[in-house]
Amino acid sequence: MSNTAAGYNSQNGEGKPPCSNGPIQNPVMTQAPGQGYNTVAQKMHPQHMPAKAPLEQPVGQYHYGCYQSAPPASVYQGPGQSAPPASVYQGPGQSAPPVSVYQGPGQTNMTRPPSRPLQPHQGGSARIAAPAQSSTPPPVSSNSFYPGSQIPPHSHWPYGTPPPMSQPSVGSPANHVTSAPSQPSGYGIQNSPPQGPPVPLNSSMQPGQSSGYRIQNSPPQGPPVPLNSSMQPGQPSGYGIQNSPPQGPPAPLNSSVQPGPAPPPFNPPSSQTYQPGRQPFGPPPPLRPAAPPTGQLNNAATPPPPAAAKQEVPGAERAHIHNSFDALESGGRNAAQHPPQMGRAVGLPYPSLPPGYQNMAAPPSAPGMQPRSQPYPAGAQSFQQAPLGPAQLGSALGGMSLHQSQPPEALRAINLLQERNLLPQGPVTPPVPCLPQDLQRLNCSPEVFRCTLTNIPQTQSLLNKAKLPLGLLLHPFRDMSQLPVVTSSTIVRCRSCRTYINPFVTFLDQRRWKCNLCYRVNEVPEEFMYNPVSRSYGEPHKRPEVQNPTIEFIAPSEYMLRPPQPAVYLFVLDVSHNAVETGYLDTVCQSLLDSLSLLPGDTRTKIGFITFDSTVHFYNLQEGLSQPQMLVVSDIEDIFIPTPDSLLVNLSECKELVQDLLKGLPQMFTRTLETQCALGPALQAAFKLLSPTGGRVSVFQTQLPSLGVGALKSREDPNQRASAKDIPHLTPATDFYKKLALDCSGQQIAVDLFLLSGQYCDLASLACISKYSAGGVHYYPSYHHLHNPAQVEQLQRDLKRYISRKIGFESVMRVRCTKGLSIHTFHGNFFVRSTDLLSLPNINPDSGFAVQMSIEENLVDMQVVSFQAALLYTSSKGERRIRVHTLCLPVVNSMADIFAGADVQAITGLLASMAVDRSVTASLSDARDALVNAAIDSLRAYRSGGLSVHQPGLVAPACLRLLPLYVVALLKQKAFRTGTSTRLDERVFAMCQLKYQPLAYLMLMIHPALYRVDNLTDEGAISIADRTIPQPAILQLSVEKLSRDGSFLMDSGSVLYLWVGRNCAPNFITQVLGVPNYTAIPQTMTQLPELDTAESTRTRAFISWLREQRPFYPILHVIREESPLKASFMQHMVEDRTESALSYYEFLLHLQQQVNK
Amino acid sequence: MIIAFDELKTDYKNPIDQCNTLNPLVLPEYLIHVFFCIMFLCATEWLSLGLNMPLLAYHVWRYMSRPVMSGPGLYDPTTIMNADILAFCQKEGWCKLAFYLLSFFYYLYGMIYVLVSS
Repeated sequence: MSNTAAGYNSQNGEGKPPCSNGPIQNPVMTQAPGQGYNTVAQKMHPQHMPAKAPLEQPVGQYHYGCYQSAPPASVYQGPGQSAPPASVYQGPGQSAPPVSVYQGPGQTNMTRPPSRPLQPHQGGSARIAAPAQSSTPPPVSSNSFYPGSQIPPHSHWPYGTPPPMSQPSVGSPANHVTSAPSQPSGYGIQNSPPQGPPVPLNSSMQPGQSSGYRIQNSPPQGPPVPLNSSMQPGQPSGYGIQNSPPQGPPAPLNSSVQPGPAPPPFNPPSSQTYQPGRQPFGPPPPLRPAAPPTGQLNNAATPPPPAAAKQEVPGAERAHIHNSFDALESGGRNAAQHPPQMGRAVGLPYPSLPPGYQNMAAPPSAPGMQPRSQPYPAGAQSFQQAPLGPAQLGSALGGMSLHQSQPPEALRAINLLQERNLLPQGPVTPPVPCLPQDLQRLNCSPEVFRCTLTNIPQTQSLLNKAKLPLGLLLHPFRDMSQLPVVTSSTIVRCRSCRTYINPFVTFLDQRRWKCNLCYRVNEVPEEFMYNPVSRSYGEPHKRPEVQNPTIEFIAPSEYMLRPPQPAVYLFVLDVSHNAVETGYLDTVCQSLLDSLSLLPGDTRTKIGFITFDSTVHFYNLQEGLSQPQMLVVSDIEDIFIPTPDSLLVNLSECKELVQDLLKGLPQMFTRTLETQCALGPALQAAFKLLSPTGGRVSVFQTQLPSLGVGALKSREDPNQRASAKDIPHLTPATDFYKKLALDCSGQQIAVDLFLLSGQYCDLASLACISKYSAGGVHYYPSYHHLHNPAQVEQLQRDLKRYISRKIGFESVMRVRCTKGLSIHTFHGNFFVRSTDLLSLPNINPDSGFAVQMSIEENLVDMQVVSFQAALLYTSSKGERRIRVHTLCLPVVNSMADIFAGADVQAITGLLASMAVDRSVTASLSDARDALVNAAIDSLRAYRSGGLSVHQPGLVAPACLRLLPLYVVALLKQKAFRTGTSTRLDERVFAMCQLKYQPLAYLMLMIHPALYRVDNLTDEGAISIADRTIPQPAILQLSVEKLSRDGSFLMDSGSVLYLWVGRNCAPNFITQVLGVPNYTAIPQTMTQLPELDTAESTRTRAFISWLREQRPFYPILHVIREESPLKASFMQHMVEDRTESALSYYEFLLHLQQQVNK
Repeated sequence: MIIAFDELKTDYKNPIDQCNTLNPLVLPEYLIHVFFCIMFLCATEWLSLGLNMPLLAYHVWRYMSRPVMSGPGLYDPTTIMNADILAFCQKEGWCKLAFYLLSFFYYLYGMIYVLVSS
């Protein structure tokens, strides 16, 4: 602890420029977390906190000193005291003096004014405070920031003294661990058992969550598959001799991927990723189709025996040699430099080129790709099919694979007006980029990283012609079942663009690699030469960094500007009359009590509480007190923190007090008459309380804030809801919340908003506090503990997930892309710090991002482009980590290829985000028009691109066949619909969700899945962990699909509806719902009884399977035909006509008219 | 102002700081322009006034349609990094610079002409 505290001291005040951390570090990346920290105290943005920005640190300091003399006894006593709770509260309520800390009758008011004269003495008061701190275990207190400021920076890095590059022990087994012991205990993460023991001899670490992926050390498991071995059944290794016995058996994955059985003699991993014999190459000359020689050259360079073996490899297999990375870009060069060696092999690739590939995909300038397609039998015509491999694509391919047998299936023209059943049976699957199999195998999972166009157009004009949006959809902090984690003192990055080394880089030779984003040639650091997986030296291409598209690094000290912050949680609760009336306090406190131990964190975790009505109440939870003390600050115009260091307390040390408070809190305010609500001042107080450390603020709010700064007025006219053509008031009414959010973002504070309110709360203004501080918004319309039990359950479940989910603090995310592409706009909740950098005070696994891209320079000489998202964050355990995702996509130059690679779901997600922006900046009708135009334009581009025979009707390529449906669904979304009465808050909430939900959940929200469940069978069922889960077909969202004698389940992401028809089979009603007949189904039913019947088991298995797929637990509503909830069920029937909106078919007719114009 | 936007685009300067430096400059610029227009009106320089009217109208429109802000100014740090807005602001800056330069030389010419001819 004391170590850590010392670290803080030295760190926080340091004024060194961020770049001085070392050559390796990315200046911007590292600046990020520190933005607030380094600059806060002295250099605040003038806009901040109108009155008191510069004061906040001093205030804390001052008050500490001041309060030293004020014994806690004089402070107003909180719950659990002998006085009855009601009277406890009434004290302040009755007589709260205007400007004071209320401390019970007869206390001395500690008002703000005295603090001002004392300000010059900050330093002094800090010193006074320091000794006191020793009794206050939490290492981080505002005090500790001050002394540090005088200390020169470098001497205080406790650990980072040796620059990482100079790490000794080339190839020494221990080289990665060596750095660990030199770290002080606070950071010696690798050493502490809970984080997983260091894998012997190397850097690979397995934290708890990454169960699936083992960086194998044991011979039987073998190393992770060498990059290209799967493609090289007959290829002996260039390094055959180096392949020590442990590597002998091919990794299992390897063999399963191979199209044909690998001849046993050639098993050695055989990676050709670099060839030692090769000479360094100059700048890329025009590519030439000469990959085969690479292999030949290789052979020449390799020892005789394998070479001899290779001579016998049939020609077709020989082509496989070129799957190595360098074949991607340097194969041609290679050949150019070694013409004599080309002879034998050069002719081979061409004859075996799949004709389909040649016709369709191969751009004249990209012959380099051709050899790579060879592994596939000549019968495999489609270039789309190239990457298909049953093993590695697995589920990702799903339904698509059915269509792949016809060459350009994705482009097959479909007349939407005639084909009714467009929905696939199962989930819609993303298209697979047409990359060579070995690259595709290494590509990032579509669940994490998706691009709207899996084939990137070569030029912006081509993109404009295709009329499809280009963008990425990211879910960077997704809960991963397997995640390789690497601890390394040197994180290998490109020297010029700071890209992390990834599977798509090219190894020019053993010593140098070429960045795949900026094409700079970099040195391979000595340390990287040692491969921890195979425990061999000289194989940098087999390291986990180069084998995994998603990887996590434990960052060394140069990625921190201050020591990693502890996990800090602050709960800000509305306790006005309205709030107490809803009864949410019980639920929240109880959920917190239950899950307190699940809060992610370590021994430094801190927690605090603030409640507010017309005043702001703080809770002193300092260790040693017998019960929590409530401190009331009624000076909401000029809010200050009464006792800066005892309001946020160490959770493990003060757990009992916290529990006392949570138990007592709901009772304390039961009789309150206070109806006003000062949210703004409470948020300011929260900001001040957390600004020294950063952390997470969870705000629970139940009404329109009416007092102090940030007070809002009702802007909604309920009568205008349905009739208005354009919806006003989608923009914030005040910029107070936005500014506060920016301040919070600077101090690494994220604000999550829980809005539980039946009335209008002006979410458009309030949501800004979360939007720009990377928080989340949760909305429970008309929450009431008695009248709305379903929402109570929903809140409980959500809170459980919310409290226990992973969290990353002080994080930044940077998205890099290959030179020539540039980032246009980001969508999501964050603050954009620079063109490619997002500042995310907190990152949680449930937030997604979208990035609009544009093509600035033509990508003519490239076959592939890459995107890399790097998320730097502090884990709840205080480790600094970097999660890197890399996606590689091919570049194409024909319209046909662009359309073939269109990912309709990603396009819809991106369009939705763009439409939200449009409706805020312009108007809702503009946004609706833009959505319709997006569909029209893309279909028209497809038609006019000469890609289909002109036929009557509305023709769409198969891959975009769902686009009109999704657009219609979007137009009927709460966010964009008109004509139907939609409350403004619900609309704004839907917009927030469209912006920050990850794509998978977003799609369910836009287009829910409808299943018929009264006749579930085990046919086609999947089984997971000895449960059989039936897989009913997804039905169209049309009332015509419903039938009175059936029962249907609708899954709209956050809610499940079970609609029971009037004439539903009695068997289902009794066996699944557990009621005798239809009329006995209760009006509100949110749980299925656990009956021991086959039907019930199946239904429940299916529902729980659906629930397991998403982070937040969706509540099930059982509804009858005449239930009040029927309307919310029916609103999702997007294919049907409503009073104010076209049906799907009418929309298609409209599209046809426009497209054929 | 152009330099500032360029900085924002290339040099990764923090958009909050940048907006804070730019925003206080917007109103003075507009006021100076208004002052010039009034001067032209007083001097009955109809041609110059006519040249400046479009820009004046643009300024009024631009300021009317600014984002919700409590302080003076035009630029919102949360949206300024949007490529469209950044490009627009840059373009606007160039156009205005060109206009101010040209009109400066025109005024200079006018002044010298008047001095010589009187």
